[in-house]
Amino acid sequence: MTDLIKLSAADLGGLLADGSVSSVEVTRAHLDHIAAVDTDLHAFLHVAADAALATADRVDARRAAGERLGLLAGVPIAIKDVLATRDMPSTAGSKILEGWIPPYDATVVKRLRDAHLIPLGKTNMDEFAMGSSTEHSAYGPTRNPWDQERIPGGSGGGSAAAVAAFEAPIALGSDTGGSIRQPAAVTGSVGVKPTYGGVSRYGAIALASSLDQVGPVSRTVYDAALLHDVIGGHDPLDSTSLTDPWPSMAAAARAGLADGALKGIRIGVVKELHGDGFQAGVKQRFTETLALLAAAGAEITEVSAPNFEYSVAAYYLILPAEASSNLARFDSVRFGLRENPTDGPVTIERVMAATRDAGFGPEVKRRIILGTYALSTGYYDAYYGSAQKVRTLIQRDFDAAFEKVDLLVSPSAPTTAFKFGEKLADPMAMYLNDITTIPANLAGIPGMSLPMGLAPEDGLPVGLQVMAPAKQDARLYTFGAAVEQLLETHWGHTLLSRAPALAPLEMFASEEGVL
Amino acid sequence: MKKAELMDFDKALELYEPVLGFEVHVELNTKTKMFCGCANEFGQGANTNTCPTCLGLPGGLPQVNRKAIESSIRLGLALGCDIAETSRFARKNYFYPDTAKNFQTSQYDEPIAFNGSLTIELESGRQVTVEIERAHMEDDAGKLTHKGGATGRIQGADYSLVDYNRGGVPLVEIVTQMIEGGEADSPEIGKTYVAAIREIVKALGVSNARMEEGNVRCDANVSLRPRGSNILGTRTETKNVNSLRSVERAVRYEIQRQAALLSAGGTITQETRHWHEDTGRTSAGRPKSDADDYRYFPEPDLVPVAPSREWVEELRATLPEPPAARRKRLQAAWGLANLEFQDVVNSDLLDAVEATVAAGATPQAARKWWTGEVARLANVAGVAADSLVRPHQLAALIELVEAGTLTDRLARQVLEGVIAGEGTPLEVVESRGLAVVSDDGPLIAAIDEALASQPDVLAKIRDGKVQAAGAVIGAVMKAMRGQADAARVRELVLERAGTAE
Repeated sequence: MTDLIKLSAADLGGLLADGSVSSVEVTRAHLDHIAAVDTDLHAFLHVAADAALATADRVDARRAAGERLGLLAGVPIAIKDVLATRDMPSTAGSKILEGWIPPYDATVVKRLRDAHLIPLGKTNMDEFAMGSSTEHSAYGPTRNPWDQERIPGGSGGGSAAAVAAFEAPIALGSDTGGSIRQPAAVTGSVGVKPTYGGVSRYGAIALASSLDQVGPVSRTVYDAALLHDVIGGHDPLDSTSLTDPWPSMAAAARAGLADGALKGIRIGVVKELHGDGFQAGVKQRFTETLALLAAAGAEITEVSAPNFEYSVAAYYLILPAEASSNLARFDSVRFGLRENPTDGPVTIERVMAATRDAGFGPEVKRRIILGTYALSTGYYDAYYGSAQKVRTLIQRDFDAAFEKVDLLVSPSAPTTAFKFGEKLADPMAMYLNDITTIPANLAGIPGMSLPMGLAPEDGLPVGLQVMAPAKQDARLYTFGAAVEQLLETHWGHTLLSRAPALAPLEMFASEEGVL
Repeated sequence: MKKAELMDFDKALELYEPVLGFEVHVELNTKTKMFCGCANEFGQGANTNTCPTCLGLPGGLPQVNRKAIESSIRLGLALGCDIAETSRFARKNYFYPDTAKNFQTSQYDEPIAFNGSLTIELESGRQVTVEIERAHMEDDAGKLTHKGGATGRIQGADYSLVDYNRGGVPLVEIVTQMIEGGEADSPEIGKTYVAAIREIVKALGVSNARMEEGNVRCDANVSLRPRGSNILGTRTETKNVNSLRSVERAVRYEIQRQAALLSAGGTITQETRHWHEDTGRTSAGRPKSDADDYRYFPEPDLVPVAPSREWVEELRATLPEPPAARRKRLQAAWGLANLEFQDVVNSDLLDAVEATVAAGATPQAARKWWTGEVARLANVAGVAADSLVRPHQLAALIELVEAGTLTDRLARQVLEGVIAGEGTPLEVVESRGLAVVSDDGPLIAAIDEALASQPDVLAKIRDGKVQAAGAVIGAVMKAMRGQADAARVRELVLERAGTAE
């Protein structure tokens, strides 16, 4: 029998629809694999095995009763722990929320349930999504399936690793400065940050409200599109949610598979997002991919975005400023950790302080302090105010670029996955790792990362980032599907099929079957 | 702590010029809260009208209540304000357990309404124009109850309970410019200004406007500047003064307290102060400096509010007549004396009297009944007068009196019947059999009987001592159980006494 965990969500959906497999079988296969590999990998903070099987059973019953269900009905999914789930703890990777089960579902989670997907559990992340490696998770890091000594990216390293390691076919992530795209790049998976306002943030534990966006994590562009169609669209509970009608992203992705889909597409290479400071193998794969695109008929030009050089600085003022306010609610009064001071009077101020001291990790404290400072009277204009001006300049750079080209491309990250601890002691080095992904968040435009090969020097995945104008998410999927097809045809295989096997036991089992 | 000494008010004004400023919070009476769909009402159990958004749970997000924007714009227009073409919410960051998010969603540099003014008239007839700096929208905090302490304050309490039902209720905060030149009228200016705001929000129907329930709350800023100086003194902010009389008293108290302190060489601490209704004093709250840092920044979870000019003009067209102008017009139209009219206004019965007059009653009778018998019954029942009886019913009652069908005394009985739900005044008259007997037949019979039983009185009348008829009239009215027109009875008594000769 086909190894169910290796199938795409689209293929699983097909098998489920025609009755070849049951959702219980598919769900159990993934749960078994999680049980086998996740002790080492640690992609999950919580696995809801019983609930997942029960939900799968109900979906099977509906289908057996003749109900017509959606394309992903019965397909398992992993959910980043930043999203509120009423039946699973939602900790955002923080001790301050350890064990907290929200009384409500995030809108995207509700939409998953309405579409009859099967939540497998909650995935690991840097605490409150602050980080690029999952090393800032209060519950310990997730390992990269390609090399367990290396980071899986962050903050959504758990979702990316779960998908790359075949623990789930698809997952939900959130992207504030690259938290979907950079983990996708370093794990050889696909991740999309939709247009700001394209997917509801209601129930997503806020890091930086003006930058956060929930999006799909998958192994194929088409799967990401299918998931995007499930979670996207207007939500009255999120005031920043766009009311625009959206085309089907899945249809857009299918359009990318047509012959000549790349012909005449104008691709801009952002001068400031490649070159110096980028790993040799990353540059090499990027150059090769551009050559393949040109050969397929795409028009490649270089465009300049002169203000991008200020993007990291602006981002690390806006994000901490908003985060310092968003994280004020973690005060022990209504939910989460409560810690009394070890000595002295037990006043509300002192309980709040003791709780926040005990509950927040060092990176969270660092950013709260930064943000509090940046918003202070006398500094506001110099820091937060200036950062907002930079944001406008970056949006103008994008506007100018998109007058000349349809899409912009760059490597998704300057390097392949780095080793644990390599950048932990140097926050600036960690922050600079986001240079490629941050501009899209500052401008609110959609971005995608998809695999473009392995770096020759370390054999680790390299990601291609594609960015489109605001609200043109469909264009990303058409192009992404076309590039994916072009590269896989060129390689003769998918990238993830080259990932090392994680569970020897499973290998023996299948060999036994073969024998 | 040493008792604050007060300087004589007149003496204080000789030495110092008071400078005032008011921040009035108006709780809007929208059906739902400012930023979520929870009901804007109290009375059920604590924390029942709450959701992830107004509880500040992780992941909760605000949605703006359109009705609250509409009410704020109408209030802004009624205060003569400009309405911003684009207005933004901002976060005011501070930690306090009644503020679920640990920031208040308020407005900072882009309020919905600004640059207004309100002219008030003092009892002396002096007109004072209060400039309105801004009116901005924000959400209310929850309610803290401190248990175990002696004072009900957080200091010394064993524990505190938080009820977030009020958390997220829409407020409009109206901020005045500095009010200078108030002089000895300063306390009255405070009272009259807050009364005017209250009257406006009531007329607009945007708030229940009950100060005793905190629908309208006043923070009074007072500072003193020595005569001849042009440098502003340090101000205090007396918080949550919740009756008109208290506003007046609190301003007066602060003037006297600050004057005593300053003239003794002391300095005023910039601070909030608590008003104590029972002792009529203020006490120190928390220090408040201009450097208080709320780290305001634009609320990223909400988009700017950009009311179209068309909408603003539509709302302007819905504004009621300004209450002050309306009072002037009605007093002139009704021809009531100042005291009579003030009585109506102070009893909150302007609407009731107006509706009663509209239903056909004379203004004088409507005034008399509302401020007299109806108010008395309402006072006994402990309810608002205008909740007891409908204006058209009172007008019908007055009509019966003026037609001679009822005497005042009978009418009071009918009113009780109407209030008891026995029907319209006419129905009560019929069911209780209370109409004046206007047929002379039964009256003459009763008079003849009374005259016959009091021959000495009859003799006196015949001797020309007409005032002796009173005893007969009394007996007849008693026999008729009051259902007779005393004037007619008098006429008939004299007539019968004459014909009996």
